[in-house]
Amino acid sequence: MTAPSTPRVLAATAVLALTLAGCASDDGADDTASPTSAATTTATTSSDASPATPTTSPTPSPATTDDDQSGDAFPVTVTDTSGAEVMLDAAPTAIVSLSPTATESLFAIGAGDQVTAVDQYSYYPEEAPVTDLDAFTPNVEAIADYDPDLVIAQDAGLVDQLAELDIPLLVQSAPATFDDAYAQIDQLGVVTGQVDGAEDVVAGMRSDIDKLVADVPDASGQTYFHELDSTLYTATGDTFVGEVYGLFGLENVADAVEDPAGGYPQLSPEYVVDANPDWIFLADASFGESAETVAQRPGWDTIDAVADGRVVPLPEDIPSRWGPRVVDFVQVVADALGGAG
Amino acid sequence: MSAPDRPGLHATRLSPVVLGAAVLALLTMALVSVLVGAADLSPGPVLAELADGLPGVTIDSGLDARASAILWQLRLPRIVLGAIVGASLSVAGAAYQGVFRNPLADPYLLGAAAGAGLAATLVITLDPSVLPTAVTVPLAAFVGSLAGVALAVLVGRTAGGGGTAGLVLAGVAIASFLTAIQTFVQQRNADTLAEVYTWILGRLTTAGWSEVVQVLVPAAGSIAVIWLHRRTLDVLSVGEDEAATLGVDARGARIAVVVAASLATAAAVAVSGLIGFVGIVVPHVIRLTVGASYRIVLPLSVVVGAAFMIGADLLARTIVSPAELPIGVVTAFIGAPFFAILLRRNRQGVTM
Repeated sequence: MTAPSTPRVLAATAVLALTLAGCASDDGADDTASPTSAATTTATTSSDASPATPTTSPTPSPATTDDDQSGDAFPVTVTDTSGAEVMLDAAPTAIVSLSPTATESLFAIGAGDQVTAVDQYSYYPEEAPVTDLDAFTPNVEAIADYDPDLVIAQDAGLVDQLAELDIPLLVQSAPATFDDAYAQIDQLGVVTGQVDGAEDVVAGMRSDIDKLVADVPDASGQTYFHELDSTLYTATGDTFVGEVYGLFGLENVADAVEDPAGGYPQLSPEYVVDANPDWIFLADASFGESAETVAQRPGWDTIDAVADGRVVPLPEDIPSRWGPRVVDFVQVVADALGGAG
Repeated sequence: MSAPDRPGLHATRLSPVVLGAAVLALLTMALVSVLVGAADLSPGPVLAELADGLPGVTIDSGLDARASAILWQLRLPRIVLGAIVGASLSVAGAAYQGVFRNPLADPYLLGAAAGAGLAATLVITLDPSVLPTAVTVPLAAFVGSLAGVALAVLVGRTAGGGGTAGLVLAGVAIASFLTAIQTFVQQRNADTLAEVYTWILGRLTTAGWSEVVQVLVPAAGSIAVIWLHRRTLDVLSVGEDEAATLGVDARGARIAVVVAASLATAAAVAVSGLIGFVGIVVPHVIRLTVGASYRIVLPLSVVVGAAFMIGADLLARTIVSPAELPIGVVTAFIGAPFFAILLRRNRQGVTM
């Protein structure tokens, strides 16, 4: 009985190998999405969406679509964040997005109709065609099933497999600066033929953020700790998250770390207490952390932020994405700083 | 260097000089640890503050409330916790090695680590908002660790054969099985990868003295039970049949020691995650340098294990300060080469 089953075992092994190969470069630290409260988050956030997040316009008329997607623009070639050149002969009409950030941007710039499937964490906006595709352990066969003419991901793990299938892959990994984030949105505009929509979104983001920052008194000299999880992983001021706080002049207590582990070091509790941040921002608020739980930690009640009520729970997902809803993140920080001023 | 040069290796009594030296090393390590940390506290005031804490002594150390909290609620409990965890894992390792007559045995041999890892991962991934993980993870790890061992014992028994080989193999099977589930759960919940990873590599985090209190009773109780079986462990090291002819109830002793060692391991794992290598390296270092009798190995495992863990944690929290390294990385990175050198110098190999 062993002989006939051998090919099946081999086939299974091959599939497993493919799957594993696809997840080789997973990071995991840059997305704190949780599937449990997807519906609530989407509902609440979309109801008070900031002006910078244009509601997806009703299906454009065929004439407009043709006008947008033909003409001299295509073929286009762009260089993605992995350094690869991506060439598209025509505007894609069946995009698979494995990046929650890219999904949000695509819908914001008016390319939502060109999106066929998105990964399980891409549950914003509500219209996004969420599937069970897994961005962390992607399966190329499951992706190919959607017959995509463009795949967008946050890492290049799938590049060789998709190349075999002649499916272009656009990699947009976490940016370090606002300009990089804006450039990614503009790039999505170029590859989808929605250049104007992308420019509008970026211009809106810029002006909204400028206004939010201008309305809050300068917080220079004040320090903050951005908590990613209860084991005190944090993001330094050199990360995109750090850029957001930097807008207000806030200084990151983790910036003294000499070897900041790619911008996401794990701090010693002793160090955080000693650094005595003026503000504590909880990106793990959706994981049960709050001002109360922080105050209960040994020694933390001596931190000024805790003693003076400057522990700010952050909304789920938004601090780990760099699409149009960055404005919402800036808004939360601005509200906190403004309320204290 | 051959065995006859070192008559002490065959000793069965622990010389007070050796014990005294080990205790001195432990105290020195603890003192250095209390003076060094991510927070820059000057040694003078710290020592004054410590003296102030002694009954009947009142000294104004000059430390402010925050510095005092760092010392009393973060640094000191962490050092004490490290000592207890190190002692527990070392004694448990020594006990497992004796019971299974296997130099490779460590406290995680029977699925304790895999069970704790699975339970902790489940709690971290499935239950984020009901209770903070700081509360649920230690409990889950403790229960999971004991459940892993219980499962291995159950499978080992039904697999037949009264010997220890069946139990060890069952432990390997259970560990692989539970680790597979753990990996699966972890992959399905990539958003908590960092937290699970941190836990698996081990970290001495404390919420003040509460972890110390939690771990102290099971650890001390288990070490006491194993200590009571020190002579039996010595006899068992000759062989189970020989032990039987000497009138030792090998089976009963084995169960008592395995239960006690598993309890000590579970208590340690609950508060510190999976810290590898301590349970295997500390007892062997003692065997190679002082003597193989359990009357020597057990007490020295407590002292040396505690000192080793405090030292490893000192490195873990200072090498990349103010960031931290997982302590499991330090124990293996420092422990393994040291162990290899020691083995090389003792060509006669490991004696059990």
